[in-house]
Order: sequence, then structure tokens, then C-alpha cells
Amino acid sequence: MATTDKRLEILKTYKIYIGGQFPRTESGRYYIASSNKGLKLANVCLCSRKDFRDAVVAARGAFGGWSGRAAFNRGQILYRIAEMLEGRKAQFIDELMKQDASRAQAENEVSLCIDRLIYYSGWCDKFQQLFSTVNPVASSHFNFSVPEPTGVVAAIAPQADSLLGLVSLIAPIIAGGNTCIVLAAHSKPLCAVTFAEVLNSSDLPGGVVNILTGKVSELIPFFADHMDVNAVVYCEADSSNQKMIREKAAMNLKRVSFYDKVKWAHEEGQSPYFIMDFQEIKTTWHPIENIGGAKAGY
Amino acid sequence: MIATRMIPDFSAPVHIDQVGVEERASRFTKRSIKNESKLNGLMLALNMIDLTTLEGKDTDGKVKQLCYKAQHLHDAYPGLPTVAAICVYPSMVKTAKAALGNSGIKVASVATAFPSGQAPRDVKIRDTKYAVQNGADEIDMVISRGKFLQGEYNFVFDEIAAIKEACGPANGGARLKVILETGELVTYDKVRKASDIAMYAGADFIKTSTGKISPAATMPVTLVMLEAIRDFYYKTGKKIAMKPAGGISKAKAALHYLVMLNEVLGEEWMNNEWFRFGASSLANDILMQLMKQRTGVYQAANYFSID
Repeated sequence: MATTDKRLEILKTYKIYIGGQFPRTESGRYYIASSNKGLKLANVCLCSRKDFRDAVVAARGAFGGWSGRAAFNRGQILYRIAEMLEGRKAQFIDELMKQDASRAQAENEVSLCIDRLIYYSGWCDKFQQLFSTVNPVASSHFNFSVPEPTGVVAAIAPQADSLLGLVSLIAPIIAGGNTCIVLAAHSKPLCAVTFAEVLNSSDLPGGVVNILTGKVSELIPFFADHMDVNAVVYCEADSSNQKMIREKAAMNLKRVSFYDKVKWAHEEGQSPYFIMDFQEIKTTWHPIENIGGAKAGY
Repeated sequence: MIATRMIPDFSAPVHIDQVGVEERASRFTKRSIKNESKLNGLMLALNMIDLTTLEGKDTDGKVKQLCYKAQHLHDAYPGLPTVAAICVYPSMVKTAKAALGNSGIKVASVATAFPSGQAPRDVKIRDTKYAVQNGADEIDMVISRGKFLQGEYNFVFDEIAAIKEACGPANGGARLKVILETGELVTYDKVRKASDIAMYAGADFIKTSTGKISPAATMPVTLVMLEAIRDFYYKTGKKIAMKPAGGISKAKAALHYLVMLNEVLGEEWMNNEWFRFGASSLANDILMQLMKQRTGVYQAANYFSID
């Protein structure tokens, strides 16, 4: 059979990622992602609050298993995500370039993402030692404080740095044993969906990371007021949104993090303190018999 | 009554259109329900629940706790209905009866060597009498599925009739629910036949499952049973109640069942006299949905009582 010069292009369907599955939005709505020059790139799911609700259910379901894993194993899985991303570099560079990055910028961003995953992979079983304490107390108790994951984190990824920002948010959240729902950058959602495919092939249990695409203004109230969400992250400087998040988050005392000043491509874009933003401190009083006998001060 | 009624020949084959039933059942899940109807539906579903604990490890404390929950479903939401009944093992009937006092909540007890039903008839009758005499308002019996599958329909019929008698006014009087355990009957034909046998033998309720076997209640199986009730009603003029049990844990599913009930049997059946949900975790999900409707905010399980 004769081959023609022009092959029919096979375009990817960009779907969302909930509970380890790739469904379409339940709302049946979509929007068109396009480049600055107006080139149509893809039809993308315009998620509704019900998709968010389903994602929270998935994240809550995955929390017990993920937080219960050995920290070392979480580190291995983060490393695996980095490996998978490394293998699919070209695809991400291509998508970033479609979304108006230059080749050099795109290559740099993908490399930074891989390095960032490796960075947090290393921290998985180390930050606990750094941030836990043995506390001096006046009674015969061994008293210590350790960080524990807060639970389900709802994050709205930065609108700039569509890949690096996303990875830099997700990595510390899951490194600390939390599960999350992330809303991808509205105008540049391609890499987020492809990153979900990377996660899906990286031994990461379904539901630990859930990725939605859609409108920030539509979904942000639900990110802030869902009672089964334990922390919420917002990366823009919009003060009215920040105020609204603070107010709604107060209903169940969510942890609130605003990362509007963070430059993700710089050194300050990675730190164990990002892990600690989603940790609770548990203090234990353990009775001991004869504290003086061991000649210990505490 | 039974003597004067035509009892059909149960050995005659029954044919249920499997594809049709499944198609019809799936349609009920696609109705659009507006907010106010949804609220009423959720309230009604809550009021139809048989709050259940049927574990080998049940203790007096567990049953008392469940009875307390039945009376205080969610105190932060005033004006809620109570559940219909508490469903326990015979040994817990006395405890439940005392804990519920005059709250109006009924005590249902499983009996007849629940869940397998593999015991001699006199043991089953004693089991039943024990529960009734301890104050059970309702008895949930299991049929002998083994005998049924062997084709010994008369045995199953006689057994149900005997248990019905044990539930009679002589022992205190209780409504009889007959559990078919549809997961073990496998086909819709057999479910329909077992439903007919149970109703002609004197069941007040027919119930899908024990909750110990998977699959438990499904929409198509419940549809087959509801249609059996409908046909029985047209033939005899006697209303029979329905109880799907096991596997219904979400408010949305409960609403689907109510839609089905309304469209098959109509409004007369839309109350807890004629329809029940056998469930343990359904109540909390309904409460979460009710709170969502009231506050506009999605709820978290840890603000509600433990099941």
C-alpha cells in the first residue's frame, strides 16, 4: 500500500487524574487551551466542584496507606517518579514549547523538575529527624515531638511555571506523607496531565496525587471550604482570593499556605520547610521509672 | 387465609428478562432530582434505615451505643427523623429493647441460624421464639438456600410458614422479614421464584441479603423483587414490604432505590412501614449529605459519629 506524505495526526485527549484513573470531567464541559499565537493545542476538561469532591474522596481513601508507608519507601517512589520523568523528557519539552517556552527554557524547566523530585526524594526519611525534638520536662517522662502528615492537601498550582510550579508543590506534600488534589495552571494545563501519566507509572498508589484542570475562580471556594481537606495552598498574590481562602479555611482550621512570592526556578524554590508546611507536631509523654539512674538530664 | 388462596405451582419455571431488568434498573439512576426533593428523599431514606450491627464481636456496649446513635443521629441538625429500627442478633434483643425505651424505634432481630440457616427446623423455631419473646418487633429469617437450590421448594415454603407461626401473637407478635440471600441464588429467575415462595408462605417483608455474602443488594435484584411484590399485590390484594440490605452505603444510591420504589410500587410504599434499607454506614453518608445541603459545604466523616 502506498504511503501518503501527510499522515493523519493523532491528537492526545487530555483528561484528568482522580484515584489513579483518567476520567473526563463529570460535567462534560471543556475549554480550549491555546498558545499565545492563538494556536489551538487541546480540548481540556473544565472541572466542576463535583470532580473536586470525587478527588477529595480518592485522596482521603489513599491517605491511610500512603502515610503508613515507610518514609524510605516514599523516597524510593519519589525517585521513581524522577526516573520516569527523565525518560519522557522530550515529550515535556515539546509541550512546554507548544505553550510558548523557548527550547532552552523548556529544557531547563524539565531538568529542574527532575532534580527537584530527587531533592525531595532524599528528604522523605530525613526531615523527621531534623524537625523532631526531645523535650526537657520536669517530671519523670521521656517527652518527644515528631512531625506527622496533616492529611489531604488541596493546592492550586502557580499559573506561571506550569510544570516546575506543579512539581515543586506536589513533591513536598507527598514526601511528607500527605495526599493531594492539585488544580493545574489554567492557560497551560498540558504538562500537568502528562505529569499525571508519569505519576501513574511510578509505583505511586492511586489517589495520592489527583490532578484537575479548570477555572481557578470557579473551584477556589470549594478548595477552601471542603471540610475533609486539611490544608490549602494558593500561589497567586490576589488579595481578595487570599482573604476568602483564610475565611473559609477557618471553618475546620485548615493549614493555609500562600506561595505568591516564591521563585520556583531559584534555590528558594526547594526546602524542607515546604514539607513542614503540611505537617502536624505530635508530642508524646512516655513515663519512665528512674530518670536519675541513667544519669540523663531528661 | 393461605388455605383459601391459590398457591401457584412453584416447580413451574419462571423467566425473567435479564437484559430488560438490568436496563430498566440502570434508568432509575439517571433521574434528575431537584434540591428540595433531594432533601425530602434523604430525610425519608434516613427514616427507612434498619441500623444494623451483626458481628460475632458485638457486645452489650456496642448495641447500647448503636441504640444511642439511633436516637441522636446528629444533634447539630435539629428536627431529623430517627431510623426505623435497630437490627441485632437474638442475644442482643433485650439490651436493645431496654436502650431504645419508648423512642418508637423498633427492634429487629435476625433469627433461624443467621446467616447460613444451616440448622434443624426446631432450632430455628426456638431461635425465633427466643427473639420474639425477648421483645423483638421484627424477625429477619434466612431461607434454606441449599434446599432451595436442590429444588425442594415445599421444604422452603413450609419452613417460612413455620417461622411465621413462631412469630405469631402467641409469642408476642412480630413482622417477618424473609432473607433470600440473592447473592447465593445467582439468577433473577431464582430470585423471583424465592420471592413468590416467601410471599405465599406468609412473609411480611422480603429482603435481599444477609450482608455477609457479596454481591448483596443490587438495583436489578431489588427490581425483580419489587415486581414480584407488585404482581402479588394485584393477585391477592395483600401488600408486602421490601428491604434491600447490604452494599447500600451512599446517599445517592439510596435515592436511586427510592426512585425505583416510587416508579414500581408507588407512593403507598414510600414509608418505613413498607420499605427499609438494611445498612450500617448509610446513615452517616445521608447525614453528611443533609449537612452539605444545609451548610453548602462538603462534609468530612470525622465530624460525625462512628458507625
